[in-house]
Amino acid sequence: MPDVINADGTIRQDNWVVVPRPEEGESLAIPSDQPALIPADLWLAGYEHFAGNDQIGVWFDSHDEPEIIADRVNELPLIGVNFPRFVDGRGYSIARLLRERFGYRNELRAIGDVLLDQLQFMKRCGFDSYALRPDKDINHAATCLNFFSQGYQAATDTDLPLFRRRAG
Amino acid sequence: MYVYDEHDRQMAAERVAQFRDQTRRALAGELSEEEFLPLRLQNGLYVQRHAPMLRICVPYGMLRSDQLRRLARITRDYDKGYAHFTTRQNVQLNWPALEDVPDILADLAEVEMHANQTSGNCIRNTTTDQFSGVQADEIADPRPYCEIIRQWSTFHPEFAFLPRKFKVAVNASEKTDRAAIRIHDIGLQMVRNDAGELGFRVHVGGGLGRTPMVGPVIRDFLPELDLLTYLEAVLRVYNRYGRRDNKFKARIKILVKALTPEGFAEKVEAEWAHIKDSPTRLTPDAIERMKGFFTEPPYEALENAMDLLARQRFENRGFDQWLSHNVDVHKKPGYAIVTLTLKKTGTPPGDVTDQQLEQIADLADEYSFGEVRVTHHQNVVLADVRQDRLLELWETITPMGFGTANLNTLTDIICCPGGDYCALANAKSIPVAEAIQRRFDDLDYLYDLGNIDLNISGCMNACGHHHVGNIGVLGVDKKGEEFYQVSLGGSSHHDADIGKILGPSFAREDMPEVIAKIIDVYVDQRTEEEEFLDTYRRIGIKPFKERVYA
Repeated sequence: MPDVINADGTIRQDNWVVVPRPEEGESLAIPSDQPALIPADLWLAGYEHFAGNDQIGVWFDSHDEPEIIADRVNELPLIGVNFPRFVDGRGYSIARLLRERFGYRNELRAIGDVLLDQLQFMKRCGFDSYALRPDKDINHAATCLNFFSQGYQAATDTDLPLFRRRAG
Repeated sequence: MYVYDEHDRQMAAERVAQFRDQTRRALAGELSEEEFLPLRLQNGLYVQRHAPMLRICVPYGMLRSDQLRRLARITRDYDKGYAHFTTRQNVQLNWPALEDVPDILADLAEVEMHANQTSGNCIRNTTTDQFSGVQADEIADPRPYCEIIRQWSTFHPEFAFLPRKFKVAVNASEKTDRAAIRIHDIGLQMVRNDAGELGFRVHVGGGLGRTPMVGPVIRDFLPELDLLTYLEAVLRVYNRYGRRDNKFKARIKILVKALTPEGFAEKVEAEWAHIKDSPTRLTPDAIERMKGFFTEPPYEALENAMDLLARQRFENRGFDQWLSHNVDVHKKPGYAIVTLTLKKTGTPPGDVTDQQLEQIADLADEYSFGEVRVTHHQNVVLADVRQDRLLELWETITPMGFGTANLNTLTDIICCPGGDYCALANAKSIPVAEAIQRRFDDLDYLYDLGNIDLNISGCMNACGHHHVGNIGVLGVDKKGEEFYQVSLGGSSHHDADIGKILGPSFAREDMPEVIAKIIDVYVDQRTEEEEFLDTYRRIGIKPFKERVYA
């Protein structure tokens, strides 16, 4: 994971790796020299072992239920949400739940089939870093994160839907 | 009518700039076809049989005369000089060039129009009754709520990639349902509770397509201030749990069916409990402010022109017929609601030329405070016409082709573009409509037959709403040949129902005769006060089957 995009469109080096869900009969292959995101349910299953380790975060797939770690989200330094295909929009709901319902304050990263034209939606739903698919032009990210200067709705990024701002 | 402020204008301009950038990247090969697809769809752009097709949004069917003139100009500048009114109160262009679309969107933005979310797996245009605000029996004008929903759903960051398309409709009348809310993903019926407070009865999971369903009620009363938070809860449950593995099982109706309406409602209520007091909750101020855009035009204090109209009707039979069928009662004395029919035989239902668009604009300015409404029956309404000018209006529109007095009759056919234009279609639909219109060209006979909804779709996607036609016609493909399946007994109104298939399908040339036989059964069997649907419900499908397949 060499480059990730920040919410402001800047680019930084980053060495977190996403550890895939192990096949049946295999065990989780956590690297010894790099911080790693592991499937959230496995983190919970090995909670005794992983708790307090700031080199371990979790990731959710789009069909996973973030509710399983609702009361422990802020123990994690980084949470990833996977977009298996960019047209699978479940990750947006997962992100909003993590932020708005469970109060997650640390870094929330979009991983998987992350393309340019969805970045601003992701940002509005609470993602603050984005692992862009490597074939996409990372230098265009800042533009795509800022196509719109405002939105109609309240979301993770604002408590003020336009109808409340208009009244103000 | 709603008027943009600086916020709306800014977002509209940013949307055009965004799509310009996306189109540039698509043409440069930086976006694959698959990646560009949902982006262009959410800007109204399909790639169709002959050329791209651009679906322009007409929010809840309302158009101003300057917007009609702009549409006319766009059809000339970028297309072949005609447009098509759809069954979702929108407008389609059939031949724009891909690279011109950003310019078309920019031209539209100048008159406060757009093509946002007219296609794709997102929240589509919210539709409503074309008689909103001018009919006597509505609970309240639904249009402020439609605009509130439009703004909330526009570029919603969480719901841009739903399992499938999502359509919301609002109805405000207790007696009629011209918005067909029970065949929508969400149907909102405006109601007052016992305390007299305004709210909505919420139907979820109606829809046509392969698995037609009438939407069950999941909440009897939703207070108006809770409208958006509740919609957000429904959408979130759908976004998370709707099926994504099979396109044909991805609509919300399948989820509602799988969970049962009660089970689905429980999930929504549980989600809603978390967000009902969130900042998305509407405020009385926000609703009042929106209502301020939908005030009455400057009506004059008039009396009903009963005597004048009686005399004019007596002297002119054509006017009399038109008045009986295409003119409706207005809530203000001295005014009337006029429906311009776009169903002249020989013209595809809903099609208009650039010149006709300008004629409609002129009529709106001259007779109806500069506004029109598009109907889901693919006609256009002048909502505020003075009764003492009806004769003059009728004389003006007859040569234009808008005066065909067949509203709600058998030949006021709802029809999708079909195989003549649409890449999805299995069969042509327009020639079938035309052949039926030719077969039933005697207006007196049509009036005698009464109200009959005849709906034609060229494929299972059901853009022509065939399931809810009293008589429905569906184009099917059998080994490369076009056939037509007939269903009976559907309705899109308060008594919504899905039609039953009559039997094996027919060849196109047989269709007028098949319809004629169905009509004959009705004529033979009806009692004096029965409409077609009443007779069908009383006698069932069997007598129709026996006659048609005899």
